[in-house]
Amino acid sequence: MLQNYLPVLIFIGFGVAIAFVMLTVGWILGQRRPDKEKNSPYECGFEAFDDARMPFDVRFYLVAILFIIFDLETAFLFPWGVVIRDIGWFGFLSMMVFLAILVVGFIYEWKRGALEWE
Amino acid sequence: MIELLVQAEPLFIDVLKILAILIPLLVCVAFLPLAERKILAYIQGRIGPNRVGPFGFFQPLADALKLLVKELILPAASNKVLFSIAPIVTLAPALAAWAVIPFDEGIVLADVNAGLLYLFAMTSLGVYGMLIAGWSSNSKYAFFGAMRGAAQTVSYEIAMGFALVGVVMSADSLNLTTMVMKQSGGIWHWYVVPMLPLFVVYFISAVAETNRTPFDIAECEAEIVAGYHVEYSGIAFALFFLAEYANIMLVSAIAVLLFWGGWLSPFQGIPLLEQTFSWVPGFCWFFAKTAFFVFVFIWMRGTFPRYRYDQLMRLGWKVLIPVTIVWIVLIGFAIELHLPPWYV
Repeated sequence: MLQNYLPVLIFIGFGVAIAFVMLTVGWILGQRRPDKEKNSPYECGFEAFDDARMPFDVRFYLVAILFIIFDLETAFLFPWGVVIRDIGWFGFLSMMVFLAILVVGFIYEWKRGALEWE
Repeated sequence: MIELLVQAEPLFIDVLKILAILIPLLVCVAFLPLAERKILAYIQGRIGPNRVGPFGFFQPLADALKLLVKELILPAASNKVLFSIAPIVTLAPALAAWAVIPFDEGIVLADVNAGLLYLFAMTSLGVYGMLIAGWSSNSKYAFFGAMRGAAQTVSYEIAMGFALVGVVMSADSLNLTTMVMKQSGGIWHWYVVPMLPLFVVYFISAVAETNRTPFDIAECEAEIVAGYHVEYSGIAFALFFLAEYANIMLVSAIAVLLFWGGWLSPFQGIPLLEQTFSWVPGFCWFFAKTAFFVFVFIWMRGTFPRYRYDQLMRLGWKVLIPVTIVWIVLIGFAIELHLPPWYV
């Protein structure tokens, strides 16, 4: 059972190795003549005005929170989708109740303007 | 010694199989940018690359050589370690996802039960590379690109996941080979027919997930220069580039497997045509269908203007997610009532 996943693991190893080897070869072959201007952050030829680690819009944070809720929902739906034929109407309606609660929350955040990007 | 070899043999065969997938994949990924440049050029009435070899055929080799010998710049203000591993984190999952893709009946490296779940996990890992790259560069353009890109990717991932759940419910499995075999019997059995809206949602989300035009807000060359990889040079930039093209082929392959019958012939069940085309092996159909969707990606880039950011988020949250939720409920009803196209 788990043996099936061994090739997948080796494949991931190959993926990492290929990326690493390409980067290393580039590092060895490429020339290196760093200077102060070249190593400064790119800002259209100006001196960088201030640190790039500045405050950003809170809506990005809001999207991240909403994403967690809905992605958890996806994680519930995948196994439910596989067994829906075995669990019958009861299993189907249980998920519908769960989905309805989620939809109520979704409508609420929609009305509150959490999805607006104006 | 011999015992050790016998024990190691299955492992050796696995490695050979992996190379048989990876090497053609990398060749395709290298030549896809050339195809894109050629197609875009013809869309715009130009000729495109035509200096290196016949029809510019050796252009990818010249590009690779150039990128390899270019200087790798490590910006002074960046987090050096994160900055260096970001390209690896981006490319590795884009390649590793191919481990579970079946190319024909039985031609698959790992025929695992949770194949679709693994693919979904691997395509979502791409956001880490983008976020790490943008954050560690410590440059304003890179930072904005990463923030936008991450918010966009996670938003469309929800719609994509919901669309895939619809297919899972109908196919009764997460195993990709089973999902394709459930579609056999004729072109009208392919899941795109009973679930066309889910396919549309999936394809739009796939374009947004790979950050391609018209949703390439994360790299947006006209306003934030190149977005999250603005500080990368040489081969490190090339790794981001390769990952993008590997992902395009991957999401096209998933679309073919889940909605367009994978390696099944489109002439199945049609009396005369089925016999005429029965000599075409399955993987040829698979590659032809995948190539078509890859072409659609390039075609869209040559045709559509870029979405504005608020329009992009509105499409993801207010159109695609409600549509998929309604469709999950409808397909659930259809399966409980044993309605034919969904309940096979």
